[in-house]
Amino acid sequence: MSSSKKIRVVIAKPGLDGHDRGAKVVARALRDAGMEVIYTGLRQTPEMIVETAIQEGAHVIGLSILSGAHNVLFPRVMELLREEGADDILVIGGGIIPEDDIPALKECGIAEIFGPGTPLSEIVEFIRENVKL
Amino acid sequence: MRVDDLVQGVLGRDRRALARLISLIEEEDPVALDALSRLYRHTGRAHIIGITGPPGSGKSTIVTRLTSEYRRAGKTVGIICVDPSSPFTGGALLGDRIRMQEHSLDREVFVRSMGTRGHLGGLSRATSDAVRALDAFGKDIVLVETVGAGQSEVEVVEIAHTVIVTDVPGSGDDIQAIKAGIMEIADIFVVNKSDLPGADKKVTEINAMLDIDPGERGWRPPVLLTNARKGEGIPELVATIAEHYKYLKESGLLEERGLKRSKEELEQIMEYKLTRELLTKLQGRPEYEGAIRRIASREEDPYTVADRLIVEFLSSYKEESSE
Repeated sequence: MSSSKKIRVVIAKPGLDGHDRGAKVVARALRDAGMEVIYTGLRQTPEMIVETAIQEGAHVIGLSILSGAHNVLFPRVMELLREEGADDILVIGGGIIPEDDIPALKECGIAEIFGPGTPLSEIVEFIRENVKL
Repeated sequence: MRVDDLVQGVLGRDRRALARLISLIEEEDPVALDALSRLYRHTGRAHIIGITGPPGSGKSTIVTRLTSEYRRAGKTVGIICVDPSSPFTGGALLGDRIRMQEHSLDREVFVRSMGTRGHLGGLSRATSDAVRALDAFGKDIVLVETVGAGQSEVEVVEIAHTVIVTDVPGSGDDIQAIKAGIMEIADIFVVNKSDLPGADKKVTEINAMLDIDPGERGWRPPVLLTNARKGEGIPELVATIAEHYKYLKESGLLEERGLKRSKEELEQIMEYKLTRELLTKLQGRPEYEGAIRRIASREEDPYTVADRLIVEFLSSYKEESSE
């Protein structure tokens, strides 16, 4: 219970859409998998997300987006992380993201995109296997 | 090298170094203790303010509003928010930041969320050292928000100079107000959500409780009404906090409590280190395992064995150090 290394995850919703049920479901699943989830709420800018991840000592950032602005906002998060020297943080995304956009997002450093219907256990496992503690 | 980087980073106000140090503190990494021991003389300057009270009574919102006031006055702010860890999985959902978004791009405000990680008392084991890290970093004000407290999560009193206890209208009768525990640790009471019915009644009940306090108090905790969401009553709260700090300084209590805390902390550390050293020497030794078996079979009693082992340990230690 008080195991010293605990995976800390920031769950954030960049952009302007106001629907965070998916983000909450994922946050809850990660909590149940024994992780510490920092939930930041709606309408986050990439700057806010990166600052939060730094202050919180996060190992993982989970971005959830439904508005279609992922091609702008996700790369911006990666750029800011690199500027801060914090690009060892594992970044994953979810929400409504067209298949065609995924290769470019991965190219810019997003480790994985989880679309609707992804089993929660798959996300948990992916984090455990890829996180740098 | 890592320790040097951490210490230099924190003193140089690098927030990544501060974040790293707090992570190491939480992970109980020995490097954190090395860094803290070197940072110690740079601490003791921050005004540490604890905020506790039941879940949903507005602690995070009050913390956010206080932060705005302090920032307007040009003061830097560190915030630690503690939320409960699951006793089943060890996981936690730390959601206090949601209400602190307006400060998320202010570089002079550092917010850190912590899970209790199995610790009771309203804080986590690492909270006190994390507060110290913020203090060494140079924060003028450190706000510590406890988990939603019930009646006995009173540990915040050990690390904060000023403790604010929040409550809301309609939460229990006047007997609740004279129970022991959380009601005894307040330096300032805040009845938040003043727009709800029963707010004035709550203030009266707390004041009535304070009226029958037989103790000779130099400071009678004021009872303030706030509506934190709208910011109402917050300037008054800031003024009251400052008054309390002034009282602590002028009455000599600040110094007195500082001495008491230093003594308690030193004793805790010695107790921990001595126990650990003793056990490292004993564990796995056949005579130690044998003694445990004899205690279990009632051939010996634990009191006598403990005395014997401690005497042996201390005399072996004396021999070692005189060699």
